[in-house]
Amino acid sequence: MAEFTMEKGADGVAVITWDVPGKSMNVLSMEGAGELDAAVTDALADEAVKGIVITSGKDTFAAGMDLNVLAGFKEQGAEGVFEGVMSLHHLLRKIERAGMDPKTLKGGKPIATVLPGTALGIGLELPLSTHRVFAADNPKAKIGLPEIQVGIFPGSGGTTRLVRKLGVMGASPFLLQAKLSDPKGAVKAGIIDEVSEDPMAAAKAWVLEAKDADIVKPWDAKGYKLPGGAPYHPAGFQTMVGANAMIMANTWGAYPAPKAMLSAVYEGLMVPFDTALKIEARWFTNVIMNPSSGNMIRSLFINKEALEKGANRPEAPDQTVKKLGVLGAGMMGAGIALVSAQAGMDVVLIDQTQEAADKGKAYTEAYLDKGIKRGKSTPEKKEKVLGQITATTDYAQLDGCDLIIEAVFEDPKVKAEITKAVEAVIPADCIFASNTSTLPITDLAKASSRPEQFIGIHFFSPVEKMLLVEIIKGKETGDRAVAKALDYVRQIRKTPIVVNDERFFYANRCIIPYLNEGARMVSEGVSPVLVDHAARLLGMPVGPLQLIDETSIDLGVKIAKATKEAMGDAYPADAKGVDDLMFWMFDLGRKGRKSNAGFYDYDEKGKRTGIWPGLEEKYPHAEDQPDLIEVQHRLMFAQVLEAVRALEENVLMDIREGDVGAILGWGFAPWSGGPFGWLDMLGAAYAAERCDHLEATYGPRFACPALLREMAEKNHSFYGRFGPEAKAA
Amino acid sequence: MTEAYIYDAVRSPRGKGRKDGSLHEVTSVALGKQMLNAIKDRSGLDGHAVEDVIWGNATQAFEQGGCLARTTVLASELDERIPGLSINRFCASGMEAVNLAANQVKGGAGEAYIAGGVECMSRVAMGSDGAAVAIDPTVAMESYFVPQGISADIIATEYGFSRDDVDSFAMESQRRAGVAWEENRFEKSIITIRDVNGLPILDHDEYMRPGTDMQTLGGLKPAFKDMGETMPGFDKVAMLKYPHLEAINHVHHAGNSSGIVDGSAAILVGSKEFGEKYGLKPRARIRATAKIGTDPTIMLTGPVPATERVLKAAGMEIGDIDLFEVNEAFSSVVLRFMQAFDVDHSKLNTCGGAIAMGHPLGASGAIIIGTLLDELERTGKSTGLATLCVASGMGAATVIELV
Repeated sequence: MAEFTMEKGADGVAVITWDVPGKSMNVLSMEGAGELDAAVTDALADEAVKGIVITSGKDTFAAGMDLNVLAGFKEQGAEGVFEGVMSLHHLLRKIERAGMDPKTLKGGKPIATVLPGTALGIGLELPLSTHRVFAADNPKAKIGLPEIQVGIFPGSGGTTRLVRKLGVMGASPFLLQAKLSDPKGAVKAGIIDEVSEDPMAAAKAWVLEAKDADIVKPWDAKGYKLPGGAPYHPAGFQTMVGANAMIMANTWGAYPAPKAMLSAVYEGLMVPFDTALKIEARWFTNVIMNPSSGNMIRSLFINKEALEKGANRPEAPDQTVKKLGVLGAGMMGAGIALVSAQAGMDVVLIDQTQEAADKGKAYTEAYLDKGIKRGKSTPEKKEKVLGQITATTDYAQLDGCDLIIEAVFEDPKVKAEITKAVEAVIPADCIFASNTSTLPITDLAKASSRPEQFIGIHFFSPVEKMLLVEIIKGKETGDRAVAKALDYVRQIRKTPIVVNDERFFYANRCIIPYLNEGARMVSEGVSPVLVDHAARLLGMPVGPLQLIDETSIDLGVKIAKATKEAMGDAYPADAKGVDDLMFWMFDLGRKGRKSNAGFYDYDEKGKRTGIWPGLEEKYPHAEDQPDLIEVQHRLMFAQVLEAVRALEENVLMDIREGDVGAILGWGFAPWSGGPFGWLDMLGAAYAAERCDHLEATYGPRFACPALLREMAEKNHSFYGRFGPEAKAA
Repeated sequence: MTEAYIYDAVRSPRGKGRKDGSLHEVTSVALGKQMLNAIKDRSGLDGHAVEDVIWGNATQAFEQGGCLARTTVLASELDERIPGLSINRFCASGMEAVNLAANQVKGGAGEAYIAGGVECMSRVAMGSDGAAVAIDPTVAMESYFVPQGISADIIATEYGFSRDDVDSFAMESQRRAGVAWEENRFEKSIITIRDVNGLPILDHDEYMRPGTDMQTLGGLKPAFKDMGETMPGFDKVAMLKYPHLEAINHVHHAGNSSGIVDGSAAILVGSKEFGEKYGLKPRARIRATAKIGTDPTIMLTGPVPATERVLKAAGMEIGDIDLFEVNEAFSSVVLRFMQAFDVDHSKLNTCGGAIAMGHPLGASGAIIIGTLLDELERTGKSTGLATLCVASGMGAATVIELV
């Protein structure tokens, strides 16, 4: 079935409509590109056609490229990607030149685009190649180039055209930060041309009236000068110096795509437009061939979406939550109430005193007030959401709830009492979830009279910001409970992973060794600055020491004590250095950010001012500081080996969840695509070799897991062996 | 092997490198030409007397472009059979010209050369010839490019020089330059710059402020703090390269960095036979030369490895050197040199340096060799070492010895 269709009107306007069958939004396939090419070629050759309008048959224009196209190119190596991208350049350039004589710039046919709504990626790059872009007045529409967020950059001329339109400085928020605009904002920024109540009528009128000069792009006209100056213009030079430094500073040098994009910009600006497109294609190819981009697309786009759409949801009838009970109106409970009410659920927010319950509800009010101030919410919305939250101390109000989330103090006894009390009033088929981050679900379920309806739903803090929810299956948790949790997470538009019940589940299991390894290095005399910087250079959003300060040192101490008690003799001997350090800080009252004192010092406003000098007095820096890579591998392997062990122990049932969960849960080096993506990049053999080195030098916590060892011997990769394709086969 | 000797050394006074500087009206060609003519006249050179003119210049654009060396030869009174070679090793261009000349002579490729350089910084702005190293992402990012001022501050941070340390050093440079001029120590080398009619334009270094005190210097704002800490944030780039640094200590400013000036210098280098032919007495032997590439981000630490290398080539140790000239690009560069070799300030930059008198990029290397020679002769000492830090992470050094 055709993705592009053309209708030639009696008025001399050919309207090309993009409407991919069976998709809610258009994405460009190579078949589609071929159809568009044929339609444009036909219209340009047809004397009856005076002008062309390209639009969409949907209420949006397009969501971007069909990522399978890139995957297809990639199968044929660098040449395949380059040739494939060049074929798109030729198509868009054909549209841009519109049949005009390249010397006189005369005789072309005006081509306009009409955007009914959202236009992303190639969905904006195609319009940018046309002569005028009209958009419907649709404030919900998002217009922009989000490619950089999945590790690539606009590679169908978007980079080259936008820079020539807006200059390097002007284009950088849209290219480097993937800034999206609504139609009016896009006109203001100079990305598109016009917002109209009837964009189709306006576009038709324009193509019929446009003169030769109206359809010549500035860069194709004589005397074109880049806004802000080309690279060797004095002002342009300064811009380029700054752009290089800022990309390095903002990305810690960890991402290949922004670097490659700036090279395409720099090199492209010194040559004619067609050569610049070729250069853009070369750098785009370079990024596509870099394993980082493939891993990022896989985790942040394909697999994230698959998990959100229920890739691991057991068969069960629809479990959409209508009435939610939240037990405990502290920070977590309040956040859970907020996101759930926003998603349209009725929420009963319970705490021991009315005051505490009200305080929890007030959190939603404050959040929405902030939203109103920023123009992201309205007083009507606020009233509606607040109206859905009932703050109370009365358990009887929980009647009719189909899901309960318990977020009370992390004490098994308290939790057990509440479980019993609540189960007495809730419907028999209600699912009961605990938001515990440390206590085994199977143990907590012992307090329940219906353990198959008992599950863990672990949120990350702050709830309204963090994208991941970790769902934990206790030994007896049933499929309906899992389906319930997944349907609920889908309602609040977060990304779920489902794991089995073991100490610290998945995320915390990996984060804690990362924090400990950072602290351990400090206790060994490694410079704390080096420790945190080493992590940042790997693309971790926060170094381990800073993260300990954020999550608080007393929490670390509490977890350490509880773990020690639970493990008894099995508690690892090499934890002593870390424990000594943490307990010492705790005794000094340095609890982290919340006490304005931790590994870092803070000013009165809570801004970090530098590493606390007292740390070096107690733990003097060793004369010989380790190499950066050594510090980095200690921090990385501390995390990824836990991920491998979680997989070995079946805590993790799907490596996609391990990777997506790591990036969304604790910001694990997104450029790598996650712990398994990172290990695949390293290769199992090299990873095993590094484990042996780290184990010999730093202790048994780095011992190579049997699975990894076996994979090294068999030359296996995680995605080759455990990826969805391998599973299907 | 043939030895290479210095027969003469001349330099121009240094004019403030601004529109109101005395040499702003003098073209790069006119300035350089007067150096070449002075060498010719003072040594009585005639005809095809030297093999080549090797001419350093760090900004080879506009009037300094198009092989300025050849242009300057054509404008001078030298024979047209002497060709002219423009070279660029940034701040060490003038030194590299001398070193190349010396090594050509030593290798038997010609009996004599005029080597030196010129930089009219008021006329051809620093960086106006473009520089891919700063903006081509394949180099700028991969080599962690930061501007030199940031590099100088990294040196101060890494090697522990405080604001007081760098300011004290600057103050002493000013004081020494003042004394040197009072005592006419540059007399042998300074060539008064004249107009087309022979009228004098400038006969002294006009950038210096000999009375500079700590209070004046202390009042100056760090010049590289904003670009380092806020826009565009070069400190972060530096920390990516040196992850053990928590913050960069921004200590440098116009008062403790080299001055932007116009200036030129030339040195006559030749074999023993060349001297005999013209009846010239060699003043010094060029004992060894060296150049080296170093870490491009901290960039300005080149004098240390360049010195190690030149000493090795000379078969000497640091203690064998009587006097040092280390180009004062920034205070921290010289402080690092003294720290690395435990060299006392009394043996180094005895007449002050570029902080007081200015740093005409392409000429400075030849200027400091000339100053070293004059000072060795004045003090009756024997061996001297000159060295410079160089942009993009390089260093160069020369050891001379009186004969």
